[in-house]
Parts: sequence; structure tokens; C-alpha cells
Amino acid sequence: MTSAIEVVDATVHYGDVLALDGVSLTVEPGRICGLLGTNGSGKSTLFKTILGLTRPDRGRVRLLGMDGARARRKGLVGYVPQTEQVDWDFPLSVHDVVMMGRYGHMGIRRRPRPADRDAVARALARTDLTDLARRRIGALSGGQRKRAFVARALAQGADVLLLDEPFAGVDKRSEATITDLLRRLRDEGRTLLVSTHDLAQVPGLCDEAVLLQRRVIARGTPAEVLHPEIVMEAFGVHVGEESGSTWTR
Amino acid sequence: MDALTAAVDWFAVPLQFEFVRRALLVAVVAGAVCAVLSCWMTLVGWSLMGDAVSHAVLPGVVLSYMFGLPFALGALVFGAGSVALIGVVNRTSRVKEDAVIGVVFTALFALGLVLISTVPSQTDLGHILFGNVLGVSDTEILQVVVLAAVVLVVVWFKHRDLTLYAFDRTHAHAIGVNPRLLETLLLGLLAVTVVVALQAVGIILVVAMVIVPGATAYLLTDRFERMLVISMGIAVVAAVAGVFVSYHANVSTGGCIVLAQASAFTLAYLFSPLHGVLGRRRRRALSAVLPDAGAQSTARQ
Repeated sequence: MTSAIEVVDATVHYGDVLALDGVSLTVEPGRICGLLGTNGSGKSTLFKTILGLTRPDRGRVRLLGMDGARARRKGLVGYVPQTEQVDWDFPLSVHDVVMMGRYGHMGIRRRPRPADRDAVARALARTDLTDLARRRIGALSGGQRKRAFVARALAQGADVLLLDEPFAGVDKRSEATITDLLRRLRDEGRTLLVSTHDLAQVPGLCDEAVLLQRRVIARGTPAEVLHPEIVMEAFGVHVGEESGSTWTR
Repeated sequence: MDALTAAVDWFAVPLQFEFVRRALLVAVVAGAVCAVLSCWMTLVGWSLMGDAVSHAVLPGVVLSYMFGLPFALGALVFGAGSVALIGVVNRTSRVKEDAVIGVVFTALFALGLVLISTVPSQTDLGHILFGNVLGVSDTEILQVVVLAAVVLVVVWFKHRDLTLYAFDRTHAHAIGVNPRLLETLLLGLLAVTVVVALQAVGIILVVAMVIVPGATAYLLTDRFERMLVISMGIAVVAAVAGVFVSYHANVSTGGCIVLAQASAFTLAYLFSPLHGVLGRRRRRALSAVLPDAGAQSTARQ
């Protein structure tokens, strides 16, 4: 079986700074993998490497058994950005943003055809945003914003979704909605790589997890990776008994 | 009735002169093209880039006049060259981008000033710096119209991609659309547009034409398509108003056009129902009475 995400021995330097040190990561299709680590642990760099935005000094990336660039051209790679990376004042509606997921399938002018409109309508319905389609993207709540970008990836037809901190700026109720949505996407055979430093969300969402600290410190089931000693080493905190608490460091 | 006749005459009398009609044509065309591009400039945050490219074309314009070439040729070479130079220095040094832009455009502008002083009486520095829309020649009009048409056609084909680039470069990359290419396209369009607008308002004020209409429209709507239309409308009205006011008051045409745009911005800044300083306050007062009226503004927080 071909892996959905396959990173082999990726090493990335920024100048003299070693950002990733021989990182290997494999995610099989139909799995949700949590990518855990502190700020500066290399999570963003690994995301950029998988997306092909950063070229590793050493190592390689394959997505769905093909070269990353080919997978991207086919529209198989969806990206859900971090909240801070989006200009929420941008004059676009939710519908406009989701339609951008279709651009790779359109002609030179990117004029939507009926098939594109259908795909957008379906994606909006899946993410429960149909009634908000005409709203400005920035007028949505934190959880709705995340769902809008998931909808963009769905409209695109992505099989591999990369989600950067999907629980940041999201209230408790929306957390459950998002977790539920992501698990249903997984059940349909999509593969999700979810970067988060919100450890409380990991057991309820992920099938497996990888703990990163420039290199892979631990991998396995959420329970294995969230072992108190391992978390202590990476995050410098104790895993308390009070489940549901959020570790930000 | 007398007031009506006076109003008609206010427009009709200047229109009897060919130089006024030509000035109107150039000002409206340049204003409209700049207005279209200004929407993306506002959203991407490239006002400094607009300033840089417009100043950097000066040596190109001077050299064109010296060698009897079309002014647009030299301007385009130096406009595109400055963008490339800024990109190279930015990527290969630790100096931050805004500083690189500052260094490159002032250096090229200074080169233009030195060049111009070597050819006394040949070209009028004032006309290049501040525009001379009342004295444009046939070939200059032709260059303006051709370049404007090129920009509008390219924008007609690629406007959705440019918005994609402005909104989310990472997504563009993820779906196999090269953001670098779109950035280059947008910079190229900026360079050509600046050259178009030079004839209307001169080098110094070009940056206003590629920023102010878009920024004004941004205060008036939350829909990008509407923003394009509003921006163009503002620019065309400002161009017409600027030409006529400058004729009657016998003052700088470029100055009048840009002042008209700035007035539109000021009005939008104060009174825009969506994002104006006073409009917002009124809506907040309204929402205290009618809870529903403020629903959208609170959701935005």
C-alpha cells in the first residue's frame, strides 16, 4: 500500500540554524496523525517541507506515492492555515474563499463552471456553512473560520489535508464540532496531518501522534506519545490528571 | 435656470479646446487603470512598492527623451529593472525589504536627476515630475492607451489569480499555482500602470493614483468585485473633476486629480456606513436601539 504522506530523513537549515534534523514520518491513508511540539520545534518547517515551500537540504517527500509537485498540481493536497496567517479584513465572502479551492481545476480565467459551484455547495453543506456562505470571511467566529478553510480543501478534492493549529482561537463547543468533522473526513479515507500544541485535543482526535523537537522524539498512539516522561522532556510540563486542560508549552 | 446654464457652460466651454479633451482622455484612462490595480496594491500592502517603481522610472524617461525613444520604453525598462533589483538585493542581503526599497528607488531617482541636469532645456523636469497632461502629444496618448489596454486585458484574464495571490499564497502553492509567477505578474502590471499614470499626474503623484482609489473603495465595501467597480468610479470622477477644476482655477492638473481622490478618501474615512469613523459610531448607536443592526459589526470583532 502506498503511504499518504512519506517524509524520509528530511534535514533543513535556516542559515546556521538546524530546523529539522533527519525527520522521517509516514502516515498511511485514512489516518489522522497529530504533529506535536513546542513553538520552534520545527512543526512549521516540517509543514512547509511537506507542502514543498521549503526544499530540504537532505531527504525527500512523497505524497500519495507521487512527487509532491505532481500531487499539488492534481489538487490532492489541502492546506488549512493558522489563524494568524490570514488577513481577516480581506473583502471576500465564505463562498469566495471556498471557491478558491477549485482554482486548480479551472481554466485560465478561473471562471466557475456548474461542477465547481456544485463542489463548493457540497463542501459548504458538509461543514455546516451553507447559511453563512454570503458572510464576509472575517465576520465568522473562530470555529466557523476553521471550517471554512476545511471546506476549501474539500471543494478542492484534497485527499491529504494539512491543518496548522486548527484549535487555536476556537471555543470549546466548536472544538468538538471540528473534531467530529475531521474524524468523518478520515472515515471517508482522507489523510490528515494536524499540527497542534494543544495536547488535550490529541487523544480524542488522532489515531497516531508524532512528537517533534527538531527530530522525532516519539511516535505511536496518542497514549504512548503523551506518556508523562516524554511530554515532560519535550514540553517541560507534567501531564496532569485533569483531562481537558490545555498545555500551551 | 441660470445656474443650470452656468453649470453646463462650466463643462462645455473647456471642452471646446482640443487640449482639454485630450487631457480628459489621458486622465480618465490613467485613472481607471490605476484604480483597478490599486485594489490589489491596497490588499497586498504595496504602497511603498508603488512609490518606489514610480520614482525609479525617472532615469528611463530622461534617457528616452535624450535618445528620442518613446518615453514608455525607458520607463518600463527602469520600472521593471528596479523591481528586479529590489528582489535580488532583498534575497541576497540581511537588509529588510522596506530599507532595500528605500535604497534602490532613491538611488535611481537621484540618477535621473543627475541625467536631467546634463540635458538643459531639452526636457522640462517639472513636466516629468509633476505631469503635463494639458500638453500631451499624439504619440504619448497612443502609448497611454496601448499600455492601458494591455493592463486591462491581462487583469481581465488573471484577476481571480491575483486575488488568490493577495489572499493566500500558501494555498496557491498547494494547488499548484506558482505564487512567485503571480507576484511577478502583479509587479509587472504595477510597472506598466505607473508608466501610464506618469502622463497624467507626474512621477511624484503616481503613487496616489495606485493607492488612493483602492484604499477608498476598501472602506466602502466588503466585496472584492464591488471594490473594483467603486475604485474605478472614484478615479474617473476624480479625473474629470480634477481636469475641469484645474482649467477654471488655473492650477496644477495632477494636483487637482489627486486632491479630488484624497477628498473621496476623506469622505469614505469619515462617513462610510461600513468602515467609516463616524459611520461606525452611528451604527453602534443604532444597534443599541435595534440589536439586529449591530449584529454584523460585533461578529467581526
